[in-house]
Amino acid sequence: MSIFGSISDPAATFLLTGARVVDPSAGEDRVRDLAVVDGLLADPAALPADAPRIDASGFVATPGLCDLHTHLREPGLERAETIASGTRAAARGGFTTVCAMPNTDPPPDDSESVRWILDRAGGAASRVRVVAAATQGRGGEQPTNVVELAASGIVGVSDDGAAIGSGAVARELLAGLASLGLPLIEHAEDARTAQGSVMRAGPTATRLGLAGWPESAELSMVERDIALAEETGAWVHFTHLSTAGALEAIRRAKRRGIRVTCDVTPHHLALTDDWVAGWRGFAWEEPGGVAADPFGAPLDAALAYDPACRVNPPLASRGDAMALLAGVADGTIDAIATDHAPHPRERKGVEFGAAAPGMIGLETALSLGLAAVESGSLELVRLIEALSTKPASLIGETRSLAAGSVADLVVFDAGARWRLGASGLASTSSNTPLLGMELPGVVRMTVAGGRITYRDGLDARRLSPGCGTMRTAHPAASDGCRSARTRNSIRMRDQASGASSGRRSCSPASSSSSLSACSASTGRSGCWWCFSSSTWSCSSSSA
Amino acid sequence: MSWPGADAQAAGVWPHRHLLDVDQLTLAELEQCLDVAVEMRERRTRREALDLLRGEVVGLAFHEPSTRTRVSFELAAKALGAEVVDLRIEASSVSKGESLVDTLRTLEQTGVSTIVLRHPMSGAPYLAARSCGARIVNAGDGTHAHPTQALVDALTLREALGPLEGKKIAIVGDIGHSRVARSNMHSLTALGASVWLAGPRAWVAGFAGWPGVTVADRLEDALVDADAVMALRIQLEREAGDGAVASLREYTAEWGLDEARMSRARPGAPLLHPGPTNEGVEITAELAASKRSLIGTQVANGVPIRMAVLSLLAR
Repeated sequence: MSIFGSISDPAATFLLTGARVVDPSAGEDRVRDLAVVDGLLADPAALPADAPRIDASGFVATPGLCDLHTHLREPGLERAETIASGTRAAARGGFTTVCAMPNTDPPPDDSESVRWILDRAGGAASRVRVVAAATQGRGGEQPTNVVELAASGIVGVSDDGAAIGSGAVARELLAGLASLGLPLIEHAEDARTAQGSVMRAGPTATRLGLAGWPESAELSMVERDIALAEETGAWVHFTHLSTAGALEAIRRAKRRGIRVTCDVTPHHLALTDDWVAGWRGFAWEEPGGVAADPFGAPLDAALAYDPACRVNPPLASRGDAMALLAGVADGTIDAIATDHAPHPRERKGVEFGAAAPGMIGLETALSLGLAAVESGSLELVRLIEALSTKPASLIGETRSLAAGSVADLVVFDAGARWRLGASGLASTSSNTPLLGMELPGVVRMTVAGGRITYRDGLDARRLSPGCGTMRTAHPAASDGCRSARTRNSIRMRDQASGASSGRRSCSPASSSSSLSACSASTGRSGCWWCFSSSTWSCSSSSA
Repeated sequence: MSWPGADAQAAGVWPHRHLLDVDQLTLAELEQCLDVAVEMRERRTRREALDLLRGEVVGLAFHEPSTRTRVSFELAAKALGAEVVDLRIEASSVSKGESLVDTLRTLEQTGVSTIVLRHPMSGAPYLAARSCGARIVNAGDGTHAHPTQALVDALTLREALGPLEGKKIAIVGDIGHSRVARSNMHSLTALGASVWLAGPRAWVAGFAGWPGVTVADRLEDALVDADAVMALRIQLEREAGDGAVASLREYTAEWGLDEARMSRARPGAPLLHPGPTNEGVEITAELAASKRSLIGTQVANGVPIRMAVLSLLAR
């Protein structure tokens, strides 16, 4: 059975015990139980006596993550990603909402194409919100009908991949958006200034002989749009901010009360332009690489010019990355957004300068954020705020772990490590320079809108009621609980049969393997609640 | 026969599979390359049979126009007894959109053991080295590196000046877009020389702070007491293209080399140029033809240096 559920599954009921609950919306950071009854967070006392119990001690539970910038590539570019695969990647990364950017073929530039995406995403593994094209065909010339698009439920418009090159077009768009309360989501890049460049200008670009993208390419566009936002009273959201100078301009604009918001990607926080030269340290680690000493070491043939490091905007200098981290920490940067940009192998297995820009990020965003937290560069609550509550609020969603709220949460093991491998990714593509690296933080469960959309690695010890009963009483459990409906009916019948609510443990039926082996071997094929497969039997225990 | 250069560094297997840039070579390896080239040149002059690559196939994959580099590699490979396959890009599947990796794998599968790659994109040889099993020799990639030209220049300078330790070498012109200059910065500083850069600000500013490298504000500062001067080719197609210079005429007026400007350097200081020259632009025709000019020697050193590289990689 799949480790993924969907947002159209039946609502879940369970008790999560002993988790460290971090909820920025309530200023909460404490260990407590979380009860979910029919998809709603509830008082544990209201939980049915035989509801599944999940021991989450040692894990962190936070509101579900919300990505403002995801490329799902469907329609038209399904070799890179689909709505189904992209939302599975989202769920695996702890995201319960993703905002699909309009870089598709064709781009969503009318209400019909927006509805097509929303219909397609009806049974996805995370909620999909749509960012429509700002101009017809993302051509930069003719603004889309934002009134009509707003009625179809979009969360903003953007020509992401390029800025609105014409100030007049941008102004016209903002004038239309002002009364709708929707943002122009701007990819801030002056195309002529950045023309021909493939990485960030600086010592590393000079060393590598690669054309460099100057800071002014971003700053000039940010300054223009701040002026337009002030003039029109409309909302401009700058996405994937990459330079300290542009951040400072936004900081000043916010102080003046201009309606601007911004996000930054995890890779612009954690990675630097030295990665293009083969350096593999995080921005907050000991400075090294080419920027520190152009003659310090020969380029590593295995890592230098890795096309996976080509992104747009390009990876920044260490100084920029640290300034951006500070911007997240002090709240100037509203959100961390992945800019998850999947590409098929043929678009990345080429010369650096010919490679399509972009890297995947849904499955690594939380880990990179946790790495920053581990380093002391960021507080956990601020990380969760930037990944969850704040971006959600920008698109009109709420995130809360208070009783009565819809259960929308992620459970992760902040201390665990995982090694990123291409074959283990839920995304169709694997274009990330993090492949092979060990990262902190493992998502154990994602619940979107009251439905479990992902669960993996929750040790059988962590679950109690029902597992033995399910296996013995319901053979369907042993063939993998193929559907949510089956799972639900099993649970319902378990309840009807009066299954014991005492603690149970799972053990191998025919061997004395360890419990960790149980978890490892059954996580992807066992029954929904106890994760044990047909080769494992579960028994009651008085412990 | 024994391997040339065996005396210079006792036995020893050459530790590198590819030559991607001179930055990967230690000082001893740099000197070994030059010593092997000298020995190759002498044996070639004596018309000794050098069959060190007999049975091997060297593929030339030049994705950019080239005359001297391409010819010198071809002559070097043949002088070592190798077969040479010349992948004529304009007539190959590359023109039909075949990727670089696919092209090189095809070459490898047809028995090519060493691929000499020139490519307009910086870093292409690094992609090649991790994508196919053949040995890769970088014959110039984008604006990044041209290691064999740097070895040619180092040999030419060493023979003109003696050991380069403590010598001042001025490099003049479009440094920023020059793969020759970058590789020379590595090799010359590794050999103990100090490198002075001079040219329009936009073309030199990025190199400020590089160890062993000084960015001069004025051409005169770079030239004064220079032991040797290296002029770079101005890419005519770039004229006024990136705004660094208003026109070639202005460039020549401010940065062009003639005998009068060269007089600031040490007496008889040699002039190098990787070619092809734009006479009357970066250097005068008279200077190019003067006694100072080692341009012809550079060309002549091209074959033995490439013989040294091909033979060392095959060890």
